Amino acid sequence: METLTARWRASRANGLIATGAIGTALPFLVLLAVGVLFPLFGGGYWGVIATRAYIYWVLVSGLNLVVGFAGQIAIGWVALLTLGAYTTSVLTAGNVMAPLPPYLALAIAGVVGAAFGLIIGLPALRLRTFYFAITTLGFATIVTQVALAWQSVTGGGVGVPGPIFPEPFSSQWGFYYFCFGLAAICTWMTVNVGASRFGRALTAIRDAEVAAEACGISKPALLRTVFLFSGAVAAIAGGLFASLQSYITPDAFTLDLSILFFISILIGGRGSVLGPLLGTILLTALPEFAAPLVAWSTFLYAVLLLVIVLAIPGGIAEILDFKNRRPLESDRAIIPRPDLLPRLLGAPAPAAGAGALTLEGVALSFGGVHAIEDLDLQIQPGQVHGLIGPNGSGKTTTLNVISGYYAQQRGTVRLNGTALPVFDRPERARMRIARTFQTPRIVGSASVLENVMIGATIDGRATFVESLLSLPRHRRDEVMLRDAAMLALAAVGLERLAAVRADRLQHSELRFTEIARALVLRPAFLLLDEPAAGLSADEIRRLGALLLAISRSGTGVLLVEHHADLIFDICHRVTVLNLGRMLAAGTPAEIRSHREVVHAYLGG
Amino acid sequence: MVQSIVLSGLAIGCIYALIGITYNVMFSASRVFSFTAGTLGMIGGVLGSLFILRMGMPIPIGFLLALAGGALLGLVTEIVAVRPVLKSLDQHLYVLSTLALALMVQQFTAIEWSTEAQPFPRLLGTARSAFDEQFWLPMLACLAVIVGLELLYRHTLIGRAFLAIAEDTYAARALGLPERSLRMTSFALAGAIGALAGFAGGEMLLAFFGNAPLLTFYGFVPVALGGMGNNRGAVVAGLLLGLFQQSANFLVGGIFASVAVFTVFIIVLLARPEGLAGAALQRRV
Repeated sequence: METLTARWRASRANGLIATGAIGTALPFLVLLAVGVLFPLFGGGYWGVIATRAYIYWVLVSGLNLVVGFAGQIAIGWVALLTLGAYTTSVLTAGNVMAPLPPYLALAIAGVVGAAFGLIIGLPALRLRTFYFAITTLGFATIVTQVALAWQSVTGGGVGVPGPIFPEPFSSQWGFYYFCFGLAAICTWMTVNVGASRFGRALTAIRDAEVAAEACGISKPALLRTVFLFSGAVAAIAGGLFASLQSYITPDAFTLDLSILFFISILIGGRGSVLGPLLGTILLTALPEFAAPLVAWSTFLYAVLLLVIVLAIPGGIAEILDFKNRRPLESDRAIIPRPDLLPRLLGAPAPAAGAGALTLEGVALSFGGVHAIEDLDLQIQPGQVHGLIGPNGSGKTTTLNVISGYYAQQRGTVRLNGTALPVFDRPERARMRIARTFQTPRIVGSASVLENVMIGATIDGRATFVESLLSLPRHRRDEVMLRDAAMLALAAVGLERLAAVRADRLQHSELRFTEIARALVLRPAFLLLDEPAAGLSADEIRRLGALLLAISRSGTGVLLVEHHADLIFDICHRVTVLNLGRMLAAGTPAEIRSHREVVHAYLGG
Repeated sequence: MVQSIVLSGLAIGCIYALIGITYNVMFSASRVFSFTAGTLGMIGGVLGSLFILRMGMPIPIGFLLALAGGALLGLVTEIVAVRPVLKSLDQHLYVLSTLALALMVQQFTAIEWSTEAQPFPRLLGTARSAFDEQFWLPMLACLAVIVGLELLYRHTLIGRAFLAIAEDTYAARALGLPERSLRMTSFALAGAIGALAGFAGGEMLLAFFGNAPLLTFYGFVPVALGGMGNNRGAVVAGLLLGLFQQSANFLVGGIFASVAVFTVFIIVLLARPEGLAGAALQRRV
């Protein structure tokens, strides 16, 4: 009976999501139909404008993954357009070697673009936002200067003719459909990626980088992939652009174009594909409706950018998000279903087989402050281990050492006898150590379900390319991740909120969302940083029952808490810290009667 | 030959250093790097040419008005592009808002002033020589700003208040320092310094809207290399940048000089993201 209801609930939630999928596809289908039928209505001039919009979109679709999804402020992307335009044109014109067929030249441009996309992107892996913005800007200036100076190849200020694609794409409408087809493919591919574990991981890097690392997401690897893709499509857009212009000079590639691309994405809304697509169409067509404003177009884009940033940071996508404007139930309670945990976490492991998580003589000081000193700790699988102590006693520091945010100066942390590498957060997830945070770190613009799916990112098997093309393994991943996340949400009692934007949740719901995100990793060890803070008495009680059930499934739980009642109710063992040193360790009963502890901490 | 490389290199380096100081003064007051730094330099040159050549004002008056224009733009930056996004500093919205403002000013200048570089007046009218005024004026301006800031920070109450804000905004606010008006003053001061850079360097750079992105980039290099908020680092790095760029200019040609500067910038940043002078890591969890 229980499982039936659960299944019914899960399928209802899935149904909700499925109708959502049709709703999401509809605007794209409308745009597709308009694009296919456009030559029937539009005149020749409008055909050129539309073609230009498609070409821009080919570039923006890739840039959208960098800017909109990953949140990297890449301003100078026109550099890659320039690069692609010149590579294609120079290779087809035969300035450096025998002329190549345009398709081959375009493909080579794509490869060159991917390489340079990676080079431009590399600084983003190490530098802060403004630094990265400035380096892309610098790169854009330099590419134009090189194009101007390298006369023997690029023709300098005189320029070089653009490629002409052979029949059937040589006529105006032929080329229109060629660009339209590529734009449609780019849309399809980026929609696929956006809805894949890669897209979710990118938004996690953008909005909750620390949590992303704890979920096993490797920022450098992911960003490198995205920069390769984005560079390739940008350069291909450049080749098309050169063909549309029929003759290119460095003047054609002003920074204004870069700004147009960039602003299209922000107007459209970060983390959306439809929004930036509409933004690109809008900004390409806008100057055509107001001819006197052409000179002022970049100025207007800048004004738009300022207005968007200050007034509607969510962009068009947020305005179109009707679903999330419906009010939520006001008196909703979180009722966890611990009975679902065995299905999620697997059968309880035999206690003897699994290894413990141990800290041996761990010490860490910040300047002269000893945050933790010579700490020994052993967390057994299947047990709840409480870590208590006054503020500043080193509880969270201990947790951060275990999960790799701090490196201990002495001592080792071992899992099952193997020392954990310092600072390697994603490796913790691969070793099935999950954690939550003192202040919940959630992707506010993503749904609760998507947030929980982020937790199991490393369990996906499909590569980025498989996700781009929506191949079977990608689809299997998605089903698997979705099912696991729904189950985890049901287990913590939030499945009714699965489709809701996470930033609409109450504080206590965010705490349980984080626990669900940690649970989908099927953790061998779960580290919780004050999970009861801000919860009501009822919620704390349910949390306690949930944590006990988690430990019964074989997971070792480290619980950093201030609520003494919760600790004493559910912990198998308790360690008390004071000023970075272990004050006492033992069973709750022993700790309760420990004289120093009672004196120093429990107040008695 | 060597003399002219060194002179022009030091002069342009002083302009970069001044723009770097402009970045720093704004950064110290708000933790924000503003894209308007280079725009302020550009505006200094354009306003100088506008007031003195086009409107025929006496040079001292034109100079003061150009500085006032820069200070005003600094204030506008603070009010329009910085203050509204300070609450959510971690979202880096300031990068976008200051970029938008910088673009607006730049485009406005291009359309209403000129898209071509316009002449800048010969300020002192000294006879042309190897050690020409176009070289020593930026150096003088840079020296004046360094000495002036040093005196301000060391010997005046308001200067100490600036330092307090830069050190720890929350503590400074808790002590009752008027954080907002200090921030506005800082931005006005930064605006005037930026405009001074453009004005003193006007004879070299001319009154050209396209100077804005160049100064924004080359002015940031000393900040990144010298360590953010570190004026001495910015001056040293700015002078080195100027010398490096000018010698590369003479030796291998302008384009490859830009490529060389850019490459060095990227490599140094990748090797030492905190700048050559160094800064502490922030707590993240």
